[in-house]
Amino acid sequence: MSFPLFILGVLTVAGAVAAMTLRNLIHCVLSLAVSFVGVAMLFLRLGAEFVGFAQILVYVGAVAILIVFAILLTRSGGVEPKPFLNSQWWIGLAIAIAVFGSLAVAIVGSKDLTSVALAEKTAPVKQIGIELMTRYVLPLEVIGLLLTAAMLGAVIIAWQEGDRK
Amino acid sequence: MSLTSLAAPILANADQFLVDGKHAVIAWLVHFLPVAWQDVITGGLSILLTIAPITIGFATLFALSTWLERKGLGRIQNRMGPNRVGLPFLPWKLYGLGQPMADGIKMLIKEDIVPRNADKVLHFIAPVALLVPAFLAFSVIPYGDGMVPINLDAGLLFFFAIGASTELLVFCAGWASRNKYALLGSMRAIAQMISYELPLIISTFSVIMAVGSLSLVAIVDAQAGGLAHWHVFTPWGIAGFILFFIASLAEANRSPFDIPEGESEIIAGHLIEYSGFKYALFFMAEYLGMFAMGGLAISLFLGGYHAPFAFLEGWVPGLVWFVGKLLVMIAMFIWVRGTMPRLRMDQLMNFAWKFMLPMSLLVVVAAGLWRFVGGGWVGWLICGGLIVAPYLALSRGLFKARHWAKREYRYAD
Repeated sequence: MSFPLFILGVLTVAGAVAAMTLRNLIHCVLSLAVSFVGVAMLFLRLGAEFVGFAQILVYVGAVAILIVFAILLTRSGGVEPKPFLNSQWWIGLAIAIAVFGSLAVAIVGSKDLTSVALAEKTAPVKQIGIELMTRYVLPLEVIGLLLTAAMLGAVIIAWQEGDRK
Repeated sequence: MSLTSLAAPILANADQFLVDGKHAVIAWLVHFLPVAWQDVITGGLSILLTIAPITIGFATLFALSTWLERKGLGRIQNRMGPNRVGLPFLPWKLYGLGQPMADGIKMLIKEDIVPRNADKVLHFIAPVALLVPAFLAFSVIPYGDGMVPINLDAGLLFFFAIGASTELLVFCAGWASRNKYALLGSMRAIAQMISYELPLIISTFSVIMAVGSLSLVAIVDAQAGGLAHWHVFTPWGIAGFILFFIASLAEANRSPFDIPEGESEIIAGHLIEYSGFKYALFFMAEYLGMFAMGGLAISLFLGGYHAPFAFLEGWVPGLVWFVGKLLVMIAMFIWVRGTMPRLRMDQLMNFAWKFMLPMSLLVVVAAGLWRFVGGGWVGWLICGGLIVAPYLALSRGLFKARHWAKREYRYAD
């Protein structure tokens, strides 16, 4: 394990752990954002420029902001004295282990991981764009449609009828 | 042997003298060292000599432009502006050029007040961390031929990703202050930045489509060879540039979009609980963001570091043109600030979603058509019409949709 990879790993894991353990929700969001940045840097280190920048643009620039807005609009953002673990902690643990296990099996079983050329694989943005517009155009369109439907649904839920002129 | 043929080899490389000079300095410094170290030290020095001029240069430009801005605003508002502070130990006043230095010293020796209820750690981190993206944004802009700190394949995306990460830090500053005005101001700032990020990014699509690359170096190279090749002199280019300029005003929190820190409304927003040098850091990050936006606009639309006429290329350093264009951009920022009244929050949002977004999408369509039509007067007619006609219809429609009525003062009557 190289030294930069070690730093990024520590940054990512420490951010994630802080996001779980800190008591103030805003602090949790900010540590989560640190973790997102760490993951983005890991992508960059692997040569996936586009994914890394998209990670920062979407997760740090939008998802973290969205969580912040959600927290501030629904509660005062103060610290609540609660026990460290709630009563359903074992369900969460089981789901986490299941997700980790399935991902680990998929990654270890992947053919690409064993190939020698892994270290030299980088994806230029142009190639990603061409792939998205040719081979993966249907999934892309489906995701676009799904997100549009979700956005319309949110607008309809938030729609205030009547009293406004 | 004529003088011109003697000068030719020197002139041929004249625009590269900054790059060559850097290599020469490094080679001279390194030859004192043992051979085993030379490679490592060369790499380190090369990085240092790339970062240091950018950091020092833009910090100096920040100091200068605060003075320029105050003089320019003074001129617009028919007053003098700062004109007392000269250079230390010298008899000349130099039209108040020493003012940035005096301001800097004042900021440094001011008391740093932290509110008792503030989140002390975040209150400290926010202004310091805000400078990181502000400086990182300069790392992908080409300043001259061969003078780009890192030529990323997705340089433009990097720039926008860096810009997007400042929003969270602005929120951090507002929330950590534990002040209602600060929180309100930072929420406004985030809402504004997110709304204008969309037209800002979409207005660059036309350039990406025309060049076929996200690399800023490739985009600048596509505009070599004089004014006719600059993207701003195409129908989609001029419309894209205007949209980009307006959106960058909003992204940089500049007037007329300086609602987040409106002094008369929410007493400077997220900056209210900051004093002394932390306030200066916010100020600096804001100006650096403005310079970065200006630099990006130059690279995308105004030909980057290329000269306006082809015969000037190759011997005048590209940096000269870049800095010249940047100063023009700064002058435009100051001019807009001096002449435009501040928008209201709802006007700002309406303008972003009802006008900027549809227009920037239209520019993308126009850029696509331009490629098929192939330019020329037919291209100007079709693409120009495609932009101008909806612009007129949209602005008239939005103007009519407003219900103009006599203003009613609920509290003052």
